Amino acid sequence: MAQAAEEPGSGRGYLAESGWRSWAYTMDHKRIGVMYLYTTIAFFFIGGIFALLLRLELLSPQAKYFSDHTYNIFFTLHGSMMIFLFIIPAIPSGLGNFFIPMHIGARDVAFPRINLASYWVFVAGFLVVIASLVSPMDTGWTFYTPYSAKTGAAVATLSFGIFLLGMSSILTGLNFIVTIHKLRAPGMTWHRLPLFIWGMYSTSIIQVVATPVVGVTFLLLAMERLLGVAFFDPAKGGDPVLFQHFFWFYSHPVVYVMILPAMGIISEVIPVFSRKPIFGYKAIAYSSLAIAFLGFLVWGHHMFTSGMSPLANAIFSFLTFFVAVPTAVKVFNWIATLYKGSITFESPMLYALTFIFLFAVGGLTGPFLGALATDVQLHDTYFVVAHFHYTMMGGTVMGFFAGLHYWFPKMTGKMVNEKIARISWALVFVGFNVAFFTMFIAGVKGMPRRYAEYLPKFQVENVISTVGAAILAVGIGMMFWNFLQGLRKGPPAPGNPWRALSLEWQTPSPPDTENFHEIPVVTDWPYAYGTPKGPAA
Amino acid sequence: MSAPHEGHGDPRVAFESAKLGLWTFLATEVLLFGALFTAYAVFRAKYPALFHSEHLKLNRVLGTLNTVVLITSSLTVVLGVDAIRRGKARLLERYYAVTIVLGAVFLCVKYIEWTGEFHHGRYPDSNIFFSLYFMMTGLHGIHVILGMGVLAYVVVLSRRGRFSGEYHTPAEVAGLYWHFVDLVWIYLLPLLYLIG
Repeated sequence: MAQAAEEPGSGRGYLAESGWRSWAYTMDHKRIGVMYLYTTIAFFFIGGIFALLLRLELLSPQAKYFSDHTYNIFFTLHGSMMIFLFIIPAIPSGLGNFFIPMHIGARDVAFPRINLASYWVFVAGFLVVIASLVSPMDTGWTFYTPYSAKTGAAVATLSFGIFLLGMSSILTGLNFIVTIHKLRAPGMTWHRLPLFIWGMYSTSIIQVVATPVVGVTFLLLAMERLLGVAFFDPAKGGDPVLFQHFFWFYSHPVVYVMILPAMGIISEVIPVFSRKPIFGYKAIAYSSLAIAFLGFLVWGHHMFTSGMSPLANAIFSFLTFFVAVPTAVKVFNWIATLYKGSITFESPMLYALTFIFLFAVGGLTGPFLGALATDVQLHDTYFVVAHFHYTMMGGTVMGFFAGLHYWFPKMTGKMVNEKIARISWALVFVGFNVAFFTMFIAGVKGMPRRYAEYLPKFQVENVISTVGAAILAVGIGMMFWNFLQGLRKGPPAPGNPWRALSLEWQTPSPPDTENFHEIPVVTDWPYAYGTPKGPAA
Repeated sequence: MSAPHEGHGDPRVAFESAKLGLWTFLATEVLLFGALFTAYAVFRAKYPALFHSEHLKLNRVLGTLNTVVLITSSLTVVLGVDAIRRGKARLLERYYAVTIVLGAVFLCVKYIEWTGEFHHGRYPDSNIFFSLYFMMTGLHGIHVILGMGVLAYVVVLSRRGRFSGEYHTPAEVAGLYWHFVDLVWIYLLPLLYLIG
């Protein structure tokens, strides 16, 4: 790896300048990343509050606290905020912005001005989304026609907001693709790239290729409401199922936009805390690209009950199983990396291991839904809700938490209290499983999703789930309180507290605006732990 | 696309980055129109008779005229890029100005066409063919306007003496974008006007 002296974390690095102008007009990828992190985490909390309100309502079989319509609005807002304002941008635009240039040995992204523009387009997007709350959405986050074309909610406004968010996402993805192609430090060959970069590269491709389709879909939906164009309106010869095809052509690949960067973080954290070179580097790297590619071929598995032809159903089902292969390749390689490693359980590692465990549950319940016969049974039950929360929250969000704990010292120049971090991890782990595993059971028993009321026989599962959600909320609250405490009065972080080999750790914490005093020359891959080239275990 | 950060030093890298950035952007544009082309394919397969009868109502003369206008504008863009490669900034400005004018001519003709359709009572909500017609040509028209804005920005930069035979990245990428906008029209013309 590059030769760079370990410097003590003196000074405030890129954070030296203060005042709102130094943030609002910054072209520093690190500051833009930090702004994205603050914004997305704020929406994570708002979306989380909606989730808790839903769980509160589901304590009793009859609608008790809110009307059915309010309940519809709450789950729509929970879903759309978590998806469009938190989980899609959080890792790529937040952590990715901060660490892609540092990982590849560059001073910034390829187009810093476009990077700043993408943040402000994002802000414009969420302002429009908030403006749509004058008449809140009640369609679920999927906007299915014909209901979305007829409901009194502000669909056109929200569509426009999401169009802007998509534009921001495209600009970010485009910037990252060019950055990774053109700005790698001397000696940073493709096979010496950190695996986080491979994950982000695959993600960016999906963002650039899939997002315009959902953009035009929402445009057409808005036009259907405003001008009466006939694309999705069966009365005029349009086809509502076409909307579903367009929607899922984006929204299925986008689940890989959510998960691939998290998988990248896991691939960084696991070798550092087991003091071993990553096992199967190329397999992990290319499996990211394989997932990105296969992800484009499987959207139809969201529509098995929407009236596609049996042949199309069978083909989509068959292709869906292929996605499991590169995913499993990654999991097996992480486990092989752990094998005989000198594992330590700092908070980033705890979250990384949690990711593997929860994502395995989420991943293995995927084929139940990918298989035609069981999907027809389980479609639109709580089994689906449990499945995607295990992959999205148990996968992506745990990966995000791992990344936050791993990179917090680098981003802020402060350490967090490790003991509190571990206690909050335990609460998150227990709370998550209590909250969501019960949903698998309720789903298999036949409880449908998206209703404010349910049959009394499901009450036990729902009460347990709500208790779990409360534990989870306490854990997450404690984690972020710990971050705030660390930010305010944590001890200064050394340049490389985890003794990691990738380039970002060879700079002071927090790094300077230019990242590197001299552009490093790379001579080895970043995973030489426990070998003569790297530090001993 | 805006010029890369000066901090990256090497102008060759900056040029290559800008070009790769624009090609990537064009990929998103292809997908943007791709959804509409897909919808076109689906509905034309479903209602071949409707597409045949409705497309006859479009004004082929104006459609062809606009095609000639746009292809000519692509030629003037190429001549402009060629001029600045030889270091002739004034010539670049002139060719790009002509291109902008041709873009404006295109939009005027489009305006005449659209008002003609409205006059005959054909609106975006009339039927699926006219939904497609107005959405596709409308989205394309927005791209023409954006392209004219980008070209105008290049002319302003050139007036300020930013370009030379060695450095003229914005002129090149703006030209590339304009060619893409033309290319979309080349597909729209046969699909909408000439399917009979």
